[in-house]
Amino acid sequence: MSLLVAEGLSKAFGGVHAVEEVSFAVEPGAVVSIIGPNGAGKTTLLNLLCGIYRPSAGRILVEGRDLTGRPPHEFAAAGVARTFQNLQVFFNMTALENVMVGRHRHERRSLAAAMLRPPALAREERAARAEAAELMRFVGLADWLEAPADALPYGALKRLEIARALAARPKVLLLDEPAAGLNPVETQEVNALITRLAARGITVLLVEHNMRLVMDVSDRIVVLDYGRKLAEGGAAEVRADPRVIEAYLGAEEEADAA
Amino acid sequence: MGALALVLAAAPFAFTNNYHYEIAILVMLNAVTCVGLNLLIGYAGQISLGHAGFFGLGAYGSAILTARYGWPPLAALAAATAGTALVAYVVGRPILRLKGHYLAMATLGMGIIISIILVTEERFTGGPDGMSVPPFAVAGFALAGERAWYAVCAAMLVAAVWLALNLIDSPAGRALRALHGAEIGAQVSGVDAARAKLAVFVLSAVFASVAGSAAAHYAGFITPAKAGFFHSIELVTMVVFGGMASTFGAVAGAAALTLLPQLLTVFKEYEMVMMGAVMMGTMIFMPKGLVPTLAARFAGGGRR
Repeated sequence: MSLLVAEGLSKAFGGVHAVEEVSFAVEPGAVVSIIGPNGAGKTTLLNLLCGIYRPSAGRILVEGRDLTGRPPHEFAAAGVARTFQNLQVFFNMTALENVMVGRHRHERRSLAAAMLRPPALAREERAARAEAAELMRFVGLADWLEAPADALPYGALKRLEIARALAARPKVLLLDEPAAGLNPVETQEVNALITRLAARGITVLLVEHNMRLVMDVSDRIVVLDYGRKLAEGGAAEVRADPRVIEAYLGAEEEADAA
Repeated sequence: MGALALVLAAAPFAFTNNYHYEIAILVMLNAVTCVGLNLLIGYAGQISLGHAGFFGLGAYGSAILTARYGWPPLAALAAATAGTALVAYVVGRPILRLKGHYLAMATLGMGIIISIILVTEERFTGGPDGMSVPPFAVAGFALAGERAWYAVCAAMLVAAVWLALNLIDSPAGRALRALHGAEIGAQVSGVDAARAKLAVFVLSAVFASVAGSAAAHYAGFITPAKAGFFHSIELVTMVVFGGMASTFGAVAGAAALTLLPQLLTVFKEYEMVMMGAVMMGTMIFMPKGLVPTLAARFAGGGRR
């Protein structure tokens, strides 16, 4: 069964159709990338797939369960985690605590237990801390464990969000332009990290502009243009598709050459 | 935590008369309310301009049940607390969907409605003149005298601070702080925003209500002013002045702004003006509040 299925998803803001009848599926263990020119509806699509937006039409299935119209925390509970292009970091907390919040779906939420702090909870807290620290080391943030989140540089914050998303032990990880706004060194680090995630068999849905990365890691690529699905297939297939070249790749190569 | 207990235990040695005890008890009851309110405002990032209403519900709940219906004070306390929690839950469900100014206005309205009800329902509340409240007694032993009350209120405050500190450093507490930091990020991480906000709103109402019940029994008399708008503003000012997202800040703010009017009795008429000035001064000169600002200065870093 597919992990994540979009069925005829549409989202309109007023008269603007940001996403129109997009369908695709993400299989377990696969890396699927969504590419397309700016304004093609990529981020809107991600926002639909984790419950931030309610679709105007269509359905979203996570492991066969229909979550259409459900709030984001239910998507999280079903195993959908994500990062944000423009960051949703908790700047009022430490870096480690940011990652610990990512585990929320596996934790006790009762206020009474929290306030009385039974020994079992204290033990779980120690384990949670250790696990979050381990994830920070995995994404290369070992030096920032106890730092307040607002002390981290931009590139580190991007990786912090990835660590937070991984803390949920997600079934599928949505990454929204993880390399956007980074310098070449930081981009390399993030690329290496995504390659490692893919190698670990983590199911990833990636929105990214960096074509080399997309071509390297993706099992399938979905191409969006003006909110519609223009093409879908493996890297070689998409690269050879004349419509894609016209809408996106060609333009990009020209831009690169310029 | 230990330091707070130590200060509370040592303070009576400096007290020379009952008036000192009286002020200290007032400080501690305000501090209990502020520790709860700070969970809502400082940590979860939600405003309430009507918290004196909850204080008033607790106070009048205890007063009416004991004075008019002859309930034992402990049972009245439990019922008043449960009743206040229920009101907070029912009111909070719709209004906590609002954000920022809208939430402020809605809680303001709620506080005003509660205080109007307390003033107009004279048959139960004694109206604007207030009503007297029997002493707090359990199994025939009445809690009497400043020293006994001091001990009870100090224990309440230590308990309140302990509960709050535990909460803040727990999964539920991190969820609240995450909501404050980046609401969408928190939701996507699995935090049920509506549920978490409602829970902390009810919790902070319970802190206020218990403090209100205790205040009513201690003073032996209660007037609707304690549930009024000005008291709500006082509470928020204490939290903001002491330092948002700092539990000890809430205690320090309650202490400073309860003592200040006592020290400046000449200016009694201008109490409201003074509160306003303190609020403005805090916003301009130390927006993080007293305790976090001092902590940052002495630690030279960003310790909370």
